Amino acid sequence: MKASLRQSKTRSAMRAATDHVATGLAILATILVIAPLFAIFGYLVFKGASSLNLDFFLKIPKPVGEEGGGMANAIVGSAVLLGVASLLGIPVGIGGGIYLAEFGRGTRFANAIRFTADVLNGVPSIVMGIAIYSLIVVPQHHFSAFSGGVALGIMMIPTVTRTTEEMLLMVPNSVREAALGLGVPNWRSVLSITLKTASPGVITGCMLAFARVAGETAPLIFTALGNQFWSTSLREPIAALPLQIYVYAISPYEDQHRLAWAGALVLIALIVIAVSLVRYVASRGILKGAS
Amino acid sequence: MGVGIEVTNLNAWYGANHTLQDINLPIPANHATALIGPSGCGKSTFVRCLNRMHETNPIARVTGSVRVGDMDIYADASPVEIRRRIGMVFQRPNPFPTMSIYDNVCSGLKLNGFTNRKVLDEVVESSLRKSALWDEVKDDLKKKSGASLSGGQQQRMCIARALAVDPEVLLMDEPASALDPVSTSKIEDLIFELKTQYTIVIVTHNMQQAARVAEKTGFFLNGRMVEFDSTHKIFTNPSDKRTEDYITGRFG
Repeated sequence: MKASLRQSKTRSAMRAATDHVATGLAILATILVIAPLFAIFGYLVFKGASSLNLDFFLKIPKPVGEEGGGMANAIVGSAVLLGVASLLGIPVGIGGGIYLAEFGRGTRFANAIRFTADVLNGVPSIVMGIAIYSLIVVPQHHFSAFSGGVALGIMMIPTVTRTTEEMLLMVPNSVREAALGLGVPNWRSVLSITLKTASPGVITGCMLAFARVAGETAPLIFTALGNQFWSTSLREPIAALPLQIYVYAISPYEDQHRLAWAGALVLIALIVIAVSLVRYVASRGILKGAS
Repeated sequence: MGVGIEVTNLNAWYGANHTLQDINLPIPANHATALIGPSGCGKSTFVRCLNRMHETNPIARVTGSVRVGDMDIYADASPVEIRRRIGMVFQRPNPFPTMSIYDNVCSGLKLNGFTNRKVLDEVVESSLRKSALWDEVKDDLKKKSGASLSGGQQQRMCIARALAVDPEVLLMDEPASALDPVSTSKIEDLIFELKTQYTIVIVTHNMQQAARVAEKTGFFLNGRMVEFDSTHKIFTNPSDKRTEDYITGRFG
């Protein structure tokens, strides 16, 4: 009796120790995941914050050799490019995801699309830029914001499609049956019930895709090209933050290096703000106790 | 008012699996009809054939005829129309998780394009009163999610949701099997009330429940209907030996 009690004591001590070790490892892993983000952000603030001023947000770049100037045109240009990309990538991506999860389940065509999306996701971004260059830029004989937006939009599609599909598949079948059982047509049930139930995950997928292409430089080199002056026209070359950072970072001038750091800080900050804003707006309609 | 259902030579398959064989069954209007039988005997498949939910599974197939009132549901109408006239309550409560209690109850109307708020308010209240949930939820109709209610409340909300589209028939597939005894007795009281206005078909594993709520009972075994008669007769003096064995607990 006594022996077995003592044995169970050592056993429970072992269990507690294992528990502590496992918890410790989990915490360590979390720190390792978060650390690079904080390190990068901290370094950007350290290098870039001092060059941030009102001019940075209001002025366009100064000619080479002159001090000062800003990236106003690049900030607006990135917004235009991402707007075009989202208008293309999000509806097409969500539509594809809906097809894969709700209508084409198990069909060969759906499997082919899923495979294609995964391959597209792995296409290097520079290749995407060259493809759009030969498909849009060459026939039109000029670089344009439109072609840049299309390149980014196509890069968004596979991420949005696959996350939409995964999220829709997570909606329990009983919810679909509830809608169909009420005499709701299938298409209506898919849009108003299944997609709505999956919407938090779908929005996360869209934001992931958005944040990924927001920092892309390579697909823009052959398409949007970049622009040192104001332009918001879709038919003209347009500036973009990542392009401007690239140009400044490889320039020989110290002042432009500082602007590049500031640009990188602003780019990351704007992505964080845009993603948080969408999340906040999307979460406002959610009721108490909803799962 | 409810309408009667006349099932003639109904056969159903899942892939190569012949789950229902030559079912013939007259279901009386404005009564509760219980379907009993061991698991896998086809009773759930049977009720799913009555509102064409069976065919939402791509490998499923049906032959035979089901007349609801004066309409053959497999010949005369689309599945969508049928399901508006024949409501269904499922085994597990299945609220729409993103919707408030109010939106859950009127979802059938809203999703069919109905928007008159005054009418919706009235329908929500009358449906929740019919399902005996009104007093418990009337203060948080739009504040609380349907998924935040307890299991028994969710199931009564699902019943209200089915009633809100004003069906003539209510199919209930083991509506209380996932609930505690108190909620179960509430659902049974409810069935007792509702059968004056609707034709109710209830699948149940609980024979006492069948005896309590239903006038007629059908016994299913291995995809066939063995016996269909008044509940009293089935439970006291069944004609078929297999029915007797089942209700006395000798198998199943």
